[in-house]
Amino acid sequence: MQQTELAVQLSSAANTQEATMSSELTASEIIQSRKITRRRKLVAFAFAAPLIIFVIMSFIAPIGTMLYRSVYHPTVAQLVPATLTALEQWDATKDQLPDDQVLNIFAVELRQLALDRRSGKLAEEINRSLPGSSSVIKSSARKLKKMDQGVLQSAGAEKLLSLKPQWQEVEIWRVIKKSGAVYTNSFYLTALDLMHNANGEVVNRDTQIYVKLYLKSLKIALLITLLTVVIGFPLSYYLATAPTKTANILMVFVLLPFWTSLLVRTTSWIALLQTNGVVNSVLQTLHVITEPLDMLYTQFSTVIAMTHILLPFMILPLYSVMKGIDPTYLRAAMSLGAKPIPAFIRIYLPMTLPGISAGALLVFIVSIGYYITPALVGGTDGQMISNIIAFHMQSSNNWELAAALGSLLLGAILLLYWMYDRLVGVSNIKLG
Amino acid sequence: MNKLKRFGAALALCTAVSPTMAEQFTAVSFGGAYGAAQQKHMLDPYMKKTGHKILFENYSGGIAEIKAQVESGNILWDVVDIEVIDLERACSEGLLEVFPHDTLPAGDDGIAANKDFIPEALSNECGVGNIIWTVLFSYNDQTIKGGTPDSIADLFDTKTFPGKRALRKRPQVNMEWALLADGVPKAQVYELLATKKGQQRAFAKLDTIKDQIVWFDSWSQAPQLLNDGGAVMVQSANGRIFDAIQSDNKPFKMVWDAHVYDLDVWAIVKGTKKKALAEDFIRFATSSRPESGMQEVAYGPTRNSSYAYVDKSVIPKLPSAHLDEGLQASGEFWADYGESLGEKFNEWLLK
Repeated sequence: MQQTELAVQLSSAANTQEATMSSELTASEIIQSRKITRRRKLVAFAFAAPLIIFVIMSFIAPIGTMLYRSVYHPTVAQLVPATLTALEQWDATKDQLPDDQVLNIFAVELRQLALDRRSGKLAEEINRSLPGSSSVIKSSARKLKKMDQGVLQSAGAEKLLSLKPQWQEVEIWRVIKKSGAVYTNSFYLTALDLMHNANGEVVNRDTQIYVKLYLKSLKIALLITLLTVVIGFPLSYYLATAPTKTANILMVFVLLPFWTSLLVRTTSWIALLQTNGVVNSVLQTLHVITEPLDMLYTQFSTVIAMTHILLPFMILPLYSVMKGIDPTYLRAAMSLGAKPIPAFIRIYLPMTLPGISAGALLVFIVSIGYYITPALVGGTDGQMISNIIAFHMQSSNNWELAAALGSLLLGAILLLYWMYDRLVGVSNIKLG
Repeated sequence: MNKLKRFGAALALCTAVSPTMAEQFTAVSFGGAYGAAQQKHMLDPYMKKTGHKILFENYSGGIAEIKAQVESGNILWDVVDIEVIDLERACSEGLLEVFPHDTLPAGDDGIAANKDFIPEALSNECGVGNIIWTVLFSYNDQTIKGGTPDSIADLFDTKTFPGKRALRKRPQVNMEWALLADGVPKAQVYELLATKKGQQRAFAKLDTIKDQIVWFDSWSQAPQLLNDGGAVMVQSANGRIFDAIQSDNKPFKMVWDAHVYDLDVWAIVKGTKKKALAEDFIRFATSSRPESGMQEVAYGPTRNSSYAYVDKSVIPKLPSAHLDEGLQASGEFWADYGESLGEKFNEWLLK
C-alpha cells in the first residue's frame, strides 16, 4: 500500500518535472527556438523580397515621385535665389514695380544664367504662367550676357527695362515671385481649371479643359463598362453552360484576341471603320447607306474598340464565377414553382454578382486611364484625360502639371474604389 | 596569381587599344523614307569611311526623351536630328552641347562653311542645319471635285471643294494657315497670333471647316488618308507626299502656297561620352556630298555647294525652290505660345 502510494507519488513527481521541463525551456533552448523562428521569418521574407523590391521599384517609388513632383517645384528657387529673397519685401498686390535694387540683382542673376546656359529653364517656367515671356527672358539674357557684371550691379535695372518693354509690367514680377515658391498647389489648381489671380484669390482660368476631360473620361469608362457587362454576361453564361468541348473552343476565341497585341487589335479597327473600310463598303454594297459613314476618329470608334479590347477582362471573371454556381439551385427554384425569368433574376443573378463586380472594376479602372486606343482611333471627340497627360509629358514638357493631372486621376479612382467598397463591398469580389 | 596578372595585362591592353579601335554611338532621327535616305547618304558612308558603328534609332520628335536622359544622367542617345522648333528650347535649357561651327569643313567648291550654309542653318549655337523641309497641303487628283486648289484659301473653301480635310492635331501650322487664309499678310502672322484677338480670329476661321476636318497624329497617316479616301486634301510634310508620288505613282498634287517651312538640325545630347565622335559625324553628315542625298526624299540641302550634285529637274520640287511662297515657322513664337495655344487648341477641339 505504502509502496504503491510512493510509486504514485514518484511518478506524479516525475510527471510534474516533465511538465515543467516541457513548458519552461532552458535559456539556451529559448535562444535556439527564437533563432529558428527568426530564420523562418527571414526565409519567408527572402522569398517575398523580390516581390517587395519589385513593388517598391515599379509601383511605390514612381507613384511617390509623381505625387511629390506635383507639389515640389524648386526650379525657379534654384535659378534666381537672390532675386526671390529680395522680392520678399515687395508687395505683389500693388501696381508698382519692385525697387531698382531688386531689378539689379535680377539682372546680375539672369546674366549668370545666360552664361551657364540655364536661362531657357527660367524662361520656360515663367512662360507657363505668363505665355509670351519666354522670348522676353531669353532675348534679354542673350543681351545681358555681353554686358559687364559690375555695370549690372549698379545699373542693371535701367538696362533691363530698356531691353524689353515687358519688364516694365508688374505681371512678370508677380509671376517670378509666385513661381519661386518651392512647394506649390498651383499645378493642382491648373489641373482643376483654376488659378490664383493677382490678389491671391482662386478664380477660373481662361482655358476650361481639364475638368471637362475628366468627366468625359469618366463617362466613356462607364459606358464601356456597361457595354462589356451587356455583351459579356450572356456570352459567359453560354460558355459556362455549354458542353465542355464547345466551351473550350469558344474560350479560345475569347482568349485569342486577349493574347494578340493591343496595337494590332486597335489598328484592325482602323481598317474596319475607315471611310472606305470594310464596314462602310459592306453597308454600301447592301445599299443600306449611300454615303460612307464617319465612324473612325470619333468617340464611337474609341468606345467600340476599347469595348472589344477590354471584353476578356469581363468575360474571364464572370465565366469562372458562373462555372462555380451549382445548376441545381436554379432547378430547385423552378421545381418549387418559380418561372424561368424570376428564377434567373432572383436566384442566378445574385450569385453572379461577385463576378460582375470584379469584371466591372477591372474594366472601369483599366479604361479610365487608357491611352493608346483613344490616341489612335479617337480623333477629336474620343480624347481622354490620358491623352492630355501625354501632351504635357511629351510636347509641352510640363511634367509637374502632368504629375498633378495623374495624381488627380489616381485620387479619383481611389475615391470611386472607396465608394464601391462602401456600396458593394470589396470582399464580394471574386476573380474565380 | 599568374593568371590574374595575365588577365590584368590583357585588360590594360584592351583599354589602351580601344581609342584607336572602332567605336559605337547612337544617332536618332525620324525614320521613314527620310531615315532611309540618311542611312544611305550619311550613316553608311561614314561607317565605311571610319569603321565606327552607328546605331540608328527612330523617335517622333519633341524634347521629352532628351530631357529625361540629361536629367537622369543616363545618356543613351549621342546625336539627334531635331526640329528647329524644339532646338531653341533644348539648347537654352542646356540639354544640348554647343557645336563649334568654325570646325565645319568648307564646301566641295571651296567656299567656307559660314558662307556656304544658308544663315538659318547655323543660327543656333547647338546645331547644324541638316535639311529644309516644309508642311504643305496636297490633294488627290482623282478624288478632288470642283477644280484644282492652288491657294491656302481653297483649303478653307468647302463650297468650291467639298470633302474632308486632314490636318495634324496640333496648333502648329493650322493656326498660321487659318490667319493666312483669312487674308493676313505673312509678315504679320506671328505678331497677330501672339494676341488674344489674333488667336480668336484663327480659331474662328478653323471653325468654318471644323466639321470637315479629320485629325491625325503622325505624318505617316497623311498619304494614307489621301490614298484611301479619308480626306480629299491633307496637310503633310512634303517628303511624304513626294515619296508617294515618286515611288508609288500616286495621283497626288502638292500646293506650295503658304507652306510653312522649317529646318531639321543635327545636334549632340549634353553629357555624352562620345562628344568628339559625334562632332566628327556631324561634320561629315553636313558636308556637301552627303547633304545632297536628302533630295531623294524632296528635302532641300542646307548648303549651296550641295546643289552641284542635285539633278536639275528635282530642284523645283524641293522646298528651297519655293521659299518665296512660304512662311518660315517661328521657333521663338512656338517656344512662347506652344503650351498655352496647345491647351487652347485642345479646348477648342472639345467644343
